Amino acid sequence: MARYGMVIDTTRCVGCMDCVVACATENDVPHGYCRDWITTEVSGTYPNLRMEIRSERCNHCDNPPCVSCCPTGASHVSDFGKIVLTDPAKCIGCKACVASCPYGARFVHPDGYASKCTFCEHRVKEGKDPACVSVCPTRCMHFGDLDDPKSLVNQLLQSRKAKTLLPEAGTKPRIYYLV
Amino acid sequence: MLEITTTRHNPLVDPVLAVWSWEIPVYLFIGGIVAGLMVLAGFNLLRLARGDDPRRFFSLQAPILALVLLSAGMGALFLDLAHKLYVWRVYLAFEPSSPMSWGSWILLIVYPVLIVSALIRLDASWPWLGARLPAIRRASDALLAQPGLLRAIAWTNIVVGIGVGIYTGILLSTMVARPLWNSAVLGPLFLFSGLSAGAALLHLAARIVPSGPAPTGLIGGAFASLVQRLGPSSPEPRTADAIQRADLAFIAIEMALILLLLIGLLSAGAAQIEAAKLLVAGPYAWAFWGGIVGAGLVLPMVLQALELGHRIPHTVVPAVLVLAGGFALRWVMVVAGQHSSLIQMAGN
Repeated sequence: MARYGMVIDTTRCVGCMDCVVACATENDVPHGYCRDWITTEVSGTYPNLRMEIRSERCNHCDNPPCVSCCPTGASHVSDFGKIVLTDPAKCIGCKACVASCPYGARFVHPDGYASKCTFCEHRVKEGKDPACVSVCPTRCMHFGDLDDPKSLVNQLLQSRKAKTLLPEAGTKPRIYYLV
Repeated sequence: MLEITTTRHNPLVDPVLAVWSWEIPVYLFIGGIVAGLMVLAGFNLLRLARGDDPRRFFSLQAPILALVLLSAGMGALFLDLAHKLYVWRVYLAFEPSSPMSWGSWILLIVYPVLIVSALIRLDASWPWLGARLPAIRRASDALLAQPGLLRAIAWTNIVVGIGVGIYTGILLSTMVARPLWNSAVLGPLFLFSGLSAGAALLHLAARIVPSGPAPTGLIGGAFASLVQRLGPSSPEPRTADAIQRADLAFIAIEMALILLLLIGLLSAGAAQIEAAKLLVAGPYAWAFWGGIVGAGLVLPMVLQALELGHRIPHTVVPAVLVLAGGFALRWVMVVAGQHSSLIQMAGN
């Protein structure tokens, strides 16, 4: 079975937020909430500055703290592609998963259950890319099976220098950023 | 320089995490008191099993008080849930890696332990009920007749009480994402804070309840059964002093544990140091130094030491301060803990 992940090229991303809009539209994300967002990081000392723009979302960690802290099993790793999902019918809204995520990727849906990025599981099952990936005008985002050595995401990770966010948390995130 | 901007704007997550409001601190505070009452009641049950006259000391009613408080605490926990109608889902699963799942099941053990413990003196402390439900009187007599059983109940109270007390801290401490909580010291710290608050509550009850025979009716008797000492005689001064002396020890241990918590954080990584700064110098410094350390630990410690030395008259002030400090500890830890996070450091 696949183990889905993303590789995002920060040198191509312009922060247009198409991915954010596409996600909100595709997944009917309630107004005022977001499942993905743009982070802009400026580092250095003037005039030697460097800017990195990242499209961020749930990292679908291999070691997800939101799953291990869930008291009901609502937060789970799906058999399909090892995607980290929440089952609203099991969620009691205790918010432990929201507090446990180092990336702030989760939120409480106005209907009361925990919500977040699903890697557009419904689209992936139809053989499509997640909505955010499919609309990116700079083609900086790539989605695929990290367990398949021939997949595009693995080829990019082999040929380019990549990083993950907060690796020190030990969550083993599966969103890679090319730098 | 490192400047990070984000377009994320999720309610209760940004700009700082605030998913847990007053309900969780209230639940952790009450859970701590229940844990403390169970341990103290356990030790008093051991005295009862030894054959001491139960009318000469109080806190045997502690299990009844603990039952009422625990239910109030679980009420607060329920109010915190955002998906309330699905609460029963907790009891359709046991998730070994989830402290919240452990806690939910432990609470199911606590209730029967407290009910059996409460039965021991329920007849004597609430005669109205005993007269109408002879089964309660029979259960009470049966339990009192067997010192071995009383000892078993006593030790169950002590062990389960310690478990509940530590659990209220472990609930928070397993989250790597929140550096302020990510310390094993939190378990013992909340346990000893709970012991201290439990002792303070008994002390307070003994002071504010009028002396003389307890009311025996339906309503008055029910209230009296929570806090009233049994029988016409006052508790021995030795017993009252013993509770205060125990509280002094609990406060001293609590101070040491808070110191260890801070040392642990300040000697760890950048995120932990930033988390500790929230308490000692940041937005929560006034509540930490003024509420938790000053008014909640140092002041009641000094006052209780002076009272025990007969230098000042006994008052309810230290007990009230200990209880307020115990709540401040839970409130500050829950709110500041959500504020703390793993942070990206400037690489250049």
